[in-house]
Amino acid sequence: MDDLKQTILEYVIDEYVEEDDDIEVGYDTELISGGLVDSFSMVSLKRFLENKYDIQIPDADASPEAFDTVNSIAALVVRFRGK
Amino acid sequence: MVYSPETRTGYGQELAAIKDAGLFKVERSIHSPQSAEIRVRFPAGAPEREVLNFCANNYLGLSSHPDVIAAAHAGLDDRGYGMSSVRFICGTQDIHHQLEKKLTEFLGTEDTLLFPSCMDANAGVFEAVLGPEDVMIADRLVHASIVDGMRLAPAVRDTFKHSDMGHLERKLEEHQDKRRRVIITDGVFSMDGDLARLDEIVALAKKYDAMVFVDDSHASGFIGKTGRGTHEHCGVFGEIDIITTTLGKGLGGASGGCVSGRAEIVEMCRQKARPYLFSNTVAPMIVAGALKVLDLIFTDTSRRDKLEWNTGYWRKGLVEMGLDVKEGDSPIVPVMLYNAKLAQDMSRDLYDEGIYAVGFFFPVVPKGAARIRTQLSAAHEKEHLDKGLEAFRKVAGKHGILGLGKNEIKDRFGL
Repeated sequence: MDDLKQTILEYVIDEYVEEDDDIEVGYDTELISGGLVDSFSMVSLKRFLENKYDIQIPDADASPEAFDTVNSIAALVVRFRGK
Repeated sequence: MVYSPETRTGYGQELAAIKDAGLFKVERSIHSPQSAEIRVRFPAGAPEREVLNFCANNYLGLSSHPDVIAAAHAGLDDRGYGMSSVRFICGTQDIHHQLEKKLTEFLGTEDTLLFPSCMDANAGVFEAVLGPEDVMIADRLVHASIVDGMRLAPAVRDTFKHSDMGHLERKLEEHQDKRRRVIITDGVFSMDGDLARLDEIVALAKKYDAMVFVDDSHASGFIGKTGRGTHEHCGVFGEIDIITTTLGKGLGGASGGCVSGRAEIVEMCRQKARPYLFSNTVAPMIVAGALKVLDLIFTDTSRRDKLEWNTGYWRKGLVEMGLDVKEGDSPIVPVMLYNAKLAQDMSRDLYDEGIYAVGFFFPVVPKGAARIRTQLSAAHEKEHLDKGLEAFRKVAGKHGILGLGKNEIKDRFGL
């Protein structure tokens, strides 16, 4: 689980944090409600997870709440990897 | 009763929440034509007072230009008040085609189609020209109207970090399996005032077989040596596939917008773009006024030259007094304050000094990036700028931020 979270965290930082952003992103950082990731940019994160972990996340499950923290994203991946 | 007390209470609670969050917007009532000097009543019922306007999109100072007003009057007399129709039924006059032809020439494209606004142009264009096999790759700071337009389109949506060409290239590589790729950007970004790196974007588009879309609303008429826009400034005039822009800013300030670009794309919009198909034609007097605007600026660059001088003088004055100003080449000059309350307090104090400049904060700009966005105009005279700079010096001094950078402001006020 820690490896999974670390991989997601690294992707989030690489994909969404701008050079002059004055923020530290951790497993509990609110990505969407905190304004770091908008719902539009969430699309690339969903695609990354689906390709990386060979899963399909239905749009209904790819909610802003489910994608709001690295922890919740990891839980989502675990849920769909098990299917 | 359909509008039940519960419904009313529910809306009341939502509005109260907006107020509690400090996001409630109140219109300031202007009692004069738009210009550098305006008469304002704020708050409602307060005495009317004259203030200097540093927040209009009146870049070329043409909103109340006597020649434009006269042309609009003539258009009203010659072609009437309205057309009572959408364009394709019985809402197209000769002057609509004249304006579209002139805009095509001005913007360096193949064809142009007028829309009721640029918001409508952006809302309609992507859905009209893209399908589910295509991808839209947008800069993350594009205008809200582009975001809305992308939401309406069936194509795949993706984004790249603001002006990050390496990130854009990765996205273009990633989407090589799509039928069509469109890189989407503002020409001048409205909140930061920086310019898109269109020369590099066009080079990437050629390398990865993509089209380029630019919303040049904050550039048309004054960016570039002859004011044609960001593509002229970046040396890629004639190479942009889709340009949207507005007649509501530099080009007269009234209303109306357009999609301009490759002939087939414009024709697709004429056939399929819903805001074009289902809303009224641009009013004849607006078209007549816009034709005069283009006449005024087609060969005479004095207004954009004055705007450029005003911008340089203003920017230099703010920087020299020790304010933190975002770098850029446009007449949008943001004074960075980072803290939302500080931005609101300074805007209010500036108003008390006779300067109308608005504070912006989350969600309009990212959290911790609050600012007062100042906008220059060719209607500003040097004495207006000097008065504005003096007011900024006084107000910034009162708040103790002169000479402070981001970290020092953050330490003192928080983010």
